[in-house]
Amino acid sequence: MSVLVFLDQADGHIKKSSFEAASYAAKVAELTGTTAEAIVLGIVNDDLATLGNYGIKTVHTVAEAALNNMDAQVFTNILSQAVENTSADVIVFSNNTTAKAIAPRLSVKLKAGLVSGAVALPDTSNGFTVKKTVFSGKAFAHIAVSTAKKIIALNPNSYTIVPASGSAAIAPFAATIGTAKVEVVSVNKVTGEVPLSEADIVVSGGRGLKGPENWGLVTELADLLGAATACSRPVADIHWRPHHEHVGQTGLAIAPNLYIAIGISGAIQHLAGVNRSKVIVVINKDPEAPFFKAADYGIVGDAFEVMPKIIDAVKKLKGVA
Amino acid sequence: MKILVCISKTPDTTAKIAFADNNTKFASDGVQWIINPYDEWYALVRAIELKEADPSTVLHLVNVGAADSDPIIRKALALGGDEAIRVNTENADSFYIASQIAAIAKEGSYDLVFTGKETIDYNGSSIGGMVAELLDLPYISHAVKFTVEGGNAVVVREIEGGEETDKAAFPLVVSCQKGMAEQRIPNMKGIMGARTKPLRVVEPAAADSLTSIASFELPPAKAGVKLVSAETPEELVRLLHEEAKAF
Ligand SMILES: Cc1cc2nc3c(=O)[nH]c(=O)nc-3n(C[C@H](O)[C@H](O)[C@H](O)COP(=O)(O)OP(=O)(O)OC[C@H]3O[C@@H](n4cnc5c(N)ncnc54)[C@H](O)[C@@H]3O)c2cc1C
Repeated sequence: MSVLVFLDQADGHIKKSSFEAASYAAKVAELTGTTAEAIVLGIVNDDLATLGNYGIKTVHTVAEAALNNMDAQVFTNILSQAVENTSADVIVFSNNTTAKAIAPRLSVKLKAGLVSGAVALPDTSNGFTVKKTVFSGKAFAHIAVSTAKKIIALNPNSYTIVPASGSAAIAPFAATIGTAKVEVVSVNKVTGEVPLSEADIVVSGGRGLKGPENWGLVTELADLLGAATACSRPVADIHWRPHHEHVGQTGLAIAPNLYIAIGISGAIQHLAGVNRSKVIVVINKDPEAPFFKAADYGIVGDAFEVMPKIIDAVKKLKGVA
Repeated sequence: MKILVCISKTPDTTAKIAFADNNTKFASDGVQWIINPYDEWYALVRAIELKEADPSTVLHLVNVGAADSDPIIRKALALGGDEAIRVNTENADSFYIASQIAAIAKEGSYDLVFTGKETIDYNGSSIGGMVAELLDLPYISHAVKFTVEGGNAVVVREIEGGEETDKAAFPLVVSCQKGMAEQRIPNMKGIMGARTKPLRVVEPAAADSLTSIASFELPPAKAGVKLVSAETPEELVRLLHEEAKAF
């Protein structure tokens, strides 16, 4: 028995959300009286022994450059071999686009019940149930998994890392890799930006900002706070901002520690994607804007007057001239 | 080319989310049902565009659901598509639903299966990948662009922090999201035509469920907003720093 966590990597580095998944896997292992192991595919430059600090005993590696790009079929085949090799009965992913491509396939291949979008540790007091978000963040469901093997895809920012100490063993894994049926023609990454799904702080703008030329108010604050930027749907639809920044029911659902909404009304479809944020700040000139009902802090005021002052205050706080 | 588009029925995005029977069932009284936006706006509309570009394309829709799915199936047919298939069953878990779709896809020898990237009710993002695995086909998820070039599918998909362009031979399964197409409104001709398009009801194939919903829960209500005067925005920064410890 073991709990196996899939570590997702990009450009040779383990993604932040995978450390959360690793710590979660270690806790699941503790709860079920077994050990947590990890697997990483492709060439990684990080010191994998440090996974011990997240409670991982062994990191299995398949260090093949061919695996630097994810192919859902190839990855699923390797993971199913790793599951067998480690006798894993719980497999943990961070619920990102990689997991969404692989976990469902692995679920079929292993006949393992899948809970995607998990937000809490499994409850093993009566069977095996896992809490997940449903209705785009408006509610939760407790999913009972009835199969011997179980797959959990944990939402980013929903589990607090529990520090552990130790050094993980590194075990190269001789997997049969197979050939990909999908050819990757090109990869185009936005570098230097904080990925929205993993960001601790998100600064977001809506139609109230009047036009793309005013987005400096959003990006300057975001840069100061090391935050990612987001926007409401109409803002992406009218091409003031790129589509990948669109959050809400039909965009990305996020759960940062801090979400700052500037000139966004807070329509129910917008709230669905952001209401799991720990602290919500709303800046809107309309005191009746529905967003204030979902907010923790707010200013009723004109963003064009308020934002420069906020930016100045943050600069002062951060000691930036 | 033969295309199969998966259509799911979901509550309208403004529907009040509440639960009945001791929090074990979604309270559907008075709820308006819609086609899952990802299925409608992106998967279906892109498939219709492919058919418009090549009229020899056969476009079928599939829904796994009971008779109360028929209105949204007719609405989908009003947008486009030649016929619809409904697998007559109450929805079980995603593995069960995927098994039904895989059976239909296999029987109809489709070249391309489109799904939405997720449903807005259960947010599983799993049907497409499961169907692909059941049929041993490639699966390209989170597609933002889909074209046919030299007999191959060329797909741009979202990856963490960027985009990737992929090429694959047919048949394959693709999950669709924003960027694939623009939302359309059905016109009168479409609505009239949809009434006479075939809607084939078939009985489900034998399949298991791997999971079930034990109960639902609503998130706790917020304590209420703390308002700071627009005259002193620096006070907000202080509160976020000292009280909320947000940065
Ligand atoms: C099926 C469906 C799905 C949808 N999915 C999404 C989704 O995923 N995400 C999403 O965001 N929306 C979604 N929507 C759209 C949603 O209903 C709203 O229309 C949208 O969120 C509004 O965007 P907004 O708040 O930027 O713009 P508006 O509603 O126009 O609000 C602008 C706000 O800015 C304020 N404002 C104006 N000037 C200033 C100023 N100078 N200073 C401060 N404040 C100012 C105004 O008071 C107002 O509250 C969806 C809608 C439907 C029907």
